Amino acid sequence: MPNPVIEARGVSMDYRLEKGWLNAVRDVSLSINPLGIHGLVGESGSGKSTLALALMGYLAPNARLSGGAVWLEGEDLFRKSQAELRALWGSQLSLVPQDSLAALNPAYTIGDQIAEVTRQHFGLSRRAAWQQAVEMLARVRIADPTSVARQYPHQLSGGMQQRVTIAMALSARPRLLVLDEPTTALDVTTEAVILDLFRELIQETQAAALYVSHNLGVIAQICDQVTVLYAGEVMASAPVRELYARPVHPYTIGLLASIPRPTTGVETRLPTIPGVAPALGDRPPGCVFAPRCPAALPHCFTDKPPLEMIAPGHQVRCHRWHEIVNGDVAILTQPEAAAPHVAHQLAAESVLSARGLRKTYGGAGWWRRLTRGSARRVRAVDDVTVRVRPQSTLGLVGESGSGKTTLARCIVGLETADDGQLELLAIPLDRRLARRSRAQLRELQMVFQNPNDTLNPYRTVGQTLERALERLSPQPLPPDQRRQRVLELLEVVRLTPDYADRYPAELSGGEKQRVAVARAFAADPALVVADEPTSALDVSVQAVVLNLLKDLRAQKGASYLFISHDLSAVAYLADWIAVMYLGQIVEEGTAEQVYQRPSHPYTEALISSIPVPDPAQAGGRIRLTGDAPRAADIPTGCRFHTRCPRKLGPVCETDAPPWQEAGGGHRIRCHIPAAELLALQVSAPKSD
Amino acid sequence: MVRYLARRALLLAVTLLIASVIIFALTRLLPGDVARLILGREASEMALANFRQEFGLDQPAPQQYVNWLVGFLAGDWGRSFTGTKAPVQPLVVGRLGNSMRLALMTLVISVPLSVGLGIIAALRENTWVDAAVSLLSLAVVGLPEFVTGLVLINGLALGVRALGLPATSTVPDGTLADWVRQLILPALTATLVLVGYISRLTRAGVLEELRKPYVRTAVLKGLPTRTVIFKHVLRNALLPTITVTALSFGWLIGGLVVIENVYNYPGMGALLVEAVKQRNLFVIQAIVMVTVFFFALANLAADLLYALLNPRIRLE
Repeated sequence: MPNPVIEARGVSMDYRLEKGWLNAVRDVSLSINPLGIHGLVGESGSGKSTLALALMGYLAPNARLSGGAVWLEGEDLFRKSQAELRALWGSQLSLVPQDSLAALNPAYTIGDQIAEVTRQHFGLSRRAAWQQAVEMLARVRIADPTSVARQYPHQLSGGMQQRVTIAMALSARPRLLVLDEPTTALDVTTEAVILDLFRELIQETQAAALYVSHNLGVIAQICDQVTVLYAGEVMASAPVRELYARPVHPYTIGLLASIPRPTTGVETRLPTIPGVAPALGDRPPGCVFAPRCPAALPHCFTDKPPLEMIAPGHQVRCHRWHEIVNGDVAILTQPEAAAPHVAHQLAAESVLSARGLRKTYGGAGWWRRLTRGSARRVRAVDDVTVRVRPQSTLGLVGESGSGKTTLARCIVGLETADDGQLELLAIPLDRRLARRSRAQLRELQMVFQNPNDTLNPYRTVGQTLERALERLSPQPLPPDQRRQRVLELLEVVRLTPDYADRYPAELSGGEKQRVAVARAFAADPALVVADEPTSALDVSVQAVVLNLLKDLRAQKGASYLFISHDLSAVAYLADWIAVMYLGQIVEEGTAEQVYQRPSHPYTEALISSIPVPDPAQAGGRIRLTGDAPRAADIPTGCRFHTRCPRKLGPVCETDAPPWQEAGGGHRIRCHIPAAELLALQVSAPKSD
Repeated sequence: MVRYLARRALLLAVTLLIASVIIFALTRLLPGDVARLILGREASEMALANFRQEFGLDQPAPQQYVNWLVGFLAGDWGRSFTGTKAPVQPLVVGRLGNSMRLALMTLVISVPLSVGLGIIAALRENTWVDAAVSLLSLAVVGLPEFVTGLVLINGLALGVRALGLPATSTVPDGTLADWVRQLILPALTATLVLVGYISRLTRAGVLEELRKPYVRTAVLKGLPTRTVIFKHVLRNALLPTITVTALSFGWLIGGLVVIENVYNYPGMGALLVEAVKQRNLFVIQAIVMVTVFFFALANLAADLLYALLNPRIRLE
């Protein structure tokens, strides 16, 4: 047994808020051996980032260590002076931060910021340190490191920025690498490549790594040991395969079950964990999970369960783990069937149709030229034709910058498309919002990504909903009826009537998003455009909102245009899927067609990159090299040819590919014959 | 970069043109007949007509404007209505030189002082140091310049005679000692006005940057606190301070009316007040145009410096 690189023993941490010191992390122990990648999973507020930084001996200005100790190769980090810690930071203990753009200084070049580490710790000269920085950039597989070193953070793509922070963290060969949600802001295709890179580099440097994430899919892909944190306490800790294959703690079980998977399908509802995680200073005295636990007994609310070793390396904090292991208590009921959902297949009918939609930014008017210089033209949406069928969901997927949000905004009218025709319920819909009829506004509603920004903080939930009713009702409602409708709407989104008098600040993220959904449904719309409605939410909360959207579709007979970068969430809700790349649709078909036989090489790569929450399926088959080109310089011919693993040859560079019918409404825009593409998918080993 | 400069120069010209129209219109809207005001109630109609003709005031307003603008561009800024009816340009340019001396002295004192105070307050956030800096700077901002000016004169010039500071300032001659001696009191008075604004802004800027994730990155690289603050934080935190300093420069050039009067210093502000009292139209117009020009120029310089220090803007 090798000696652990880092070991936390009984670590407890507090934060100082107005009310005094509040406990954030309680009695956490974990250790990581060289080459080990330890996953730390938890939802927002679980204390995972606080704990991760504590493993580096770092405390936020308003935090303190109230118990326990952290040992780096036998030395107690919290007995060290600031000067001693500074000597370790960046050299022995390194952080790869979450939001790489914000974590880099905007005013200095990449090379300068990486070189700082070796200049500080190894006393290298300016020139030698720069040279070393360029070598590090090459090691994180950045093409043309010499010129990237001279660039500034904002000039790089998100994936490149993240590589830069990795290069910086590794440049002094640290013993421990703390990775704090390093891929959360990235597209799945980039994420898959970065995860591969982590594996290689950790192997190469023999470091130990702590990988912090809320994403159980990513954790399954990269970690060998996982600790599940809830409300500052360890709920379970186990080898990764065991944790996913045989979860014991009710929280772990619930969390794993609530993740939509590409194979979940549209017939079922996701099991959810009721309630929300307790706030800091509001944690229950017994088992912290008891208020949300389906198996909680009276004594769970009063006695704190100990963390017990149930198998080698597998610890669980639950009073009832014996019964759960023996199968005497079932935590989960079988996935419920979703309310019967009849997707109309009538081909001629559509709720919304968009034909030849275009939106270009950055034209050059005289004023713009005078004040800003001529801006480059960005073709964000370029000749897009989509159709949403009655009572069905069209899922729109693609990497960031593919134009999916612009398309949604053009349809809703928040942006005015430059060209193209729109039809809502077979009636022409003007591209300009101001020219749309009130009835059309009512029929077409939107739910946005971040519920924190979409609700007016100075209006109660009731006032927000009343205003929506007032604006959207076909005929004016008397006040008492309006109030009645507000309560009905709250019930529809499973909120109790007392929520009507609360302000957004008093709601959790998931509750806010439910209010946003209620607002969109205030006047029974025909189509709801949902742009990443669950991306800002925690896993357990995401499941609640996804279920709600699914139920409402069946109850209210609405249709959705559902946009997400999370292909699993899309698969859960969508009947039809359109895949977008650089402003164009490249593949379209039913969810089954697209997921089971993703035929366009881009779709294939996208689906192969989904981090599946199953360690047995780690590492997909296809990796896309390079970043998506910027929308300002779109490649000629097929737009995907610069990254395509199945590129045929010069024809892809010169000619725009034709649409090909693959049967049953499945269409692909590629030079390779559709039959050939489909055959590839049938013969390829299926990963799921 | 060349194109950017050309574009900004063009915008500067447009700004000045618009300003010239406004200034001209305003001076012509001042109540009372200029000729009557200058020559007095006893003046004959003949004398008034002669006066108007001499200065072109008998022509229609648009014509007057064009004449003035063309002359102004050619370097003929008109003549003073009073005294020897001397040309306006040498007078205003001379006063401009005096104002710039005072402005320079003020900036040399106030910028390092207030930026330093702002940084200290931010690094000692919510301590007594922070509170003291905030209270003091706000207190002196609240006091009018004639109060602080008189306090300084009574305290330093008349109170401590050993310092040898003059109670009224004249234009310094070449030596550094003379510069300090002549300008220190008015410059300190102006500094007391500026220090509140600039130090508050610096403090806010530093605090905002300190909370950004890149600061934590720098700390966790193991850099000494000194490097984190001076290299990483200040480079970004001081960007807004540049803009405010530039605006202050414009104010120091044309707006030190009260301070110049308190110290009897021959700057542009004092001249402007005098000219307004006398309805000395060409002098007013020239001073305001020069002030607008320096305001705009300082702004342009600030934008360029800002862009130079901020790659996000420079490389767009």
